[in-house]
Amino acid sequence: MSTGTTKLDVVVSDVVPVNDLVTRFHFRRRDGELLPTFSGGAHVVVEMRDGDRTRLNPYSLMGSPLDTREYTISVRRDDAGRGGSLFMHRQVKPGLEMVISYPVNLFSLDLRAKKHLMLAGGIGITPFMAQTSQLAGVGGNFELHYTCRTASLGTYADVLQQRYGNRVRLYHDDREERIDLERLLSSQPLGTHLYVCGPAGMINWVRDRAASLGWPPETVHFEHFAAPQPGAPFDVTLAVSGKTIRVGEQQSLLEAIEAAGVDPPYLCRGGVCGQCETNVISSDGKFIHNDHWLSEEDHRSGCKIMPCVSRFEGKSLVLER
Amino acid sequence: MGITFRKETFRDDYTFRNSPEHIRRFPFPFNEDSYMYAVNIEPHVVGPKGSVLENLIDVDEHYVAEMQDRALVLAEDPLRCQSLPHMTLAGWDLLELLMEQQALGYPEHFTLERSGDRWRWINGPLGIDDTFTFGDTSTLPYGPMEYITRQSQGDFCILDQRDGNLWMDAGMVTTQADWSLDFDIGMNFFEWHAPVPLAHEKGIFTRALKFLTNIQQGKPARRLNWTMTINPRLDTSPENYHKWGPDRATVTPENVGQKVHLRVELQSFWRLPRSNAIVFPIRCYLIKMDELVTQPKWARRLHRVIRDLPEELAAYKGLTRYRPTLVEWLSGLDDGSPTSPGFGPD
Repeated sequence: MSTGTTKLDVVVSDVVPVNDLVTRFHFRRRDGELLPTFSGGAHVVVEMRDGDRTRLNPYSLMGSPLDTREYTISVRRDDAGRGGSLFMHRQVKPGLEMVISYPVNLFSLDLRAKKHLMLAGGIGITPFMAQTSQLAGVGGNFELHYTCRTASLGTYADVLQQRYGNRVRLYHDDREERIDLERLLSSQPLGTHLYVCGPAGMINWVRDRAASLGWPPETVHFEHFAAPQPGAPFDVTLAVSGKTIRVGEQQSLLEAIEAAGVDPPYLCRGGVCGQCETNVISSDGKFIHNDHWLSEEDHRSGCKIMPCVSRFEGKSLVLER
Repeated sequence: MGITFRKETFRDDYTFRNSPEHIRRFPFPFNEDSYMYAVNIEPHVVGPKGSVLENLIDVDEHYVAEMQDRALVLAEDPLRCQSLPHMTLAGWDLLELLMEQQALGYPEHFTLERSGDRWRWINGPLGIDDTFTFGDTSTLPYGPMEYITRQSQGDFCILDQRDGNLWMDAGMVTTQADWSLDFDIGMNFFEWHAPVPLAHEKGIFTRALKFLTNIQQGKPARRLNWTMTINPRLDTSPENYHKWGPDRATVTPENVGQKVHLRVELQSFWRLPRSNAIVFPIRCYLIKMDELVTQPKWARRLHRVIRDLPEELAAYKGLTRYRPTLVEWLSGLDDGSPTSPGFGPD
């Protein structure tokens, strides 16, 4: 059976520019009912119908889980990306009817934690907007350290400081302010859980440092949706459905499979959840693995691929789809 | 019209019975003439009218008596209901789910009125009318999970999801087939399934865990499980083994029809929205052999299933001692003719 999510018919109720790079989108249900309750850290997949092309991108819900009249997401414009964020910024206006998925949480709070220590980089702030709202509502103990390029690009830094005062610490790259990670991680009370969301480099830095300081892996949580990278077009044979497809430069392998009328299950479309894992029947060429799901051994073996984010260069690729 | 709730017992004089309508709606678990483990999970969607799947949370004629039996079990042993400190939010999630579903399916018996966080819950069959603040435990007589599961048929396990595993961190378990919440509390999915034979070799638990950790909000799933119980006893717990274990030696050719019960569990799996935990309701249905064999197809099929069951499974389900007597009795109702496909009676 498919493990995909149920869909929600929504209408864009507001579009709010936040700064030079980030715009916030508000969604309400078209039937006027309340949206499903969600937990802090959850994302939805937004369907973007752009001409004859459909993009499906995940975005963290950033509103309060206590308020289900509307969902809000914040989208950072990526001028070099595959066009999803540009579509959102240029084409999505109030009143537009869209389809989004039910919320899915792959970055859940561990409610056993005595303290939640959160580290955000750039647009990685969004899941923490919801998580801090959830924790503040029940008197939870949290502390947020937020790194941004400049004060004017510190998305929601002002809101967060206003809400939570000195529980929020800001670090600006242009002022060469940097988290003293060693000291921060060494001075936490027992029972602290660490959460990090931001660029891949930041996540790796924090995870490595936490590991070397002896933090148990189950206390370190991270979310990094890899955006599918553009690349040279390549051809793929889908053995089960008997189709041969071409993956375009700006298309992900998963999108190309879907465009051919084959629907693998998915949840995150960012190389995290494992749903679209696909067996490779044969290949002659090089895999470009970009996921966080398969083990290094799987990557080396060439027997599996995550079509949501990974690509291929070479003569032939046959998949069990 | 509403349900006519039976006055009956699941202990001592064992007056439990199924009405003829409830016999026909019994969730008979065998769709063919043999049985082996499978990952028999399917979407938990509403089924035919008049079946136990007519509503996603089923309330039947045994509701009031089952709730009374649960109260007796809890009075003797409060550890049948436990919730680790981090699971309170999941308890509120469960309270919302069960109140919504019961009010939706049985508006003549249950009413939920909400005004923001101020909720009023009216449970007609149990004579309850409470107003409370959602999220504020001090406004209920019990914790949220205990409060609502004292008013809902079936056992409930709430599984916390973390580190790619599920953890048995809260539950209300009083109608169980020989397992103990007090023993399993805090264990993960592989730990609490360790005693199950054959399934590990088949890789069933690894696949099942992968499936369960991906259950999505708004898309519950279900499966059926089964065993047998001597006398219609809901509380067949390890804690009370001395009270029911010896019953298995009391089965004779004369009393099979009255004593031996097929025990079917309708297990469902739901993602809870606020806590991101999974709730696993285990709803127990009992039917005595005399009632079951009123459906000739079920009599023929059950005979073949029990006769051909692998010995390890028969032992795990605790049937070894009385299996020959039961098979002999059922064989008299099996003329060898074919059975029609599907679970339902002819």
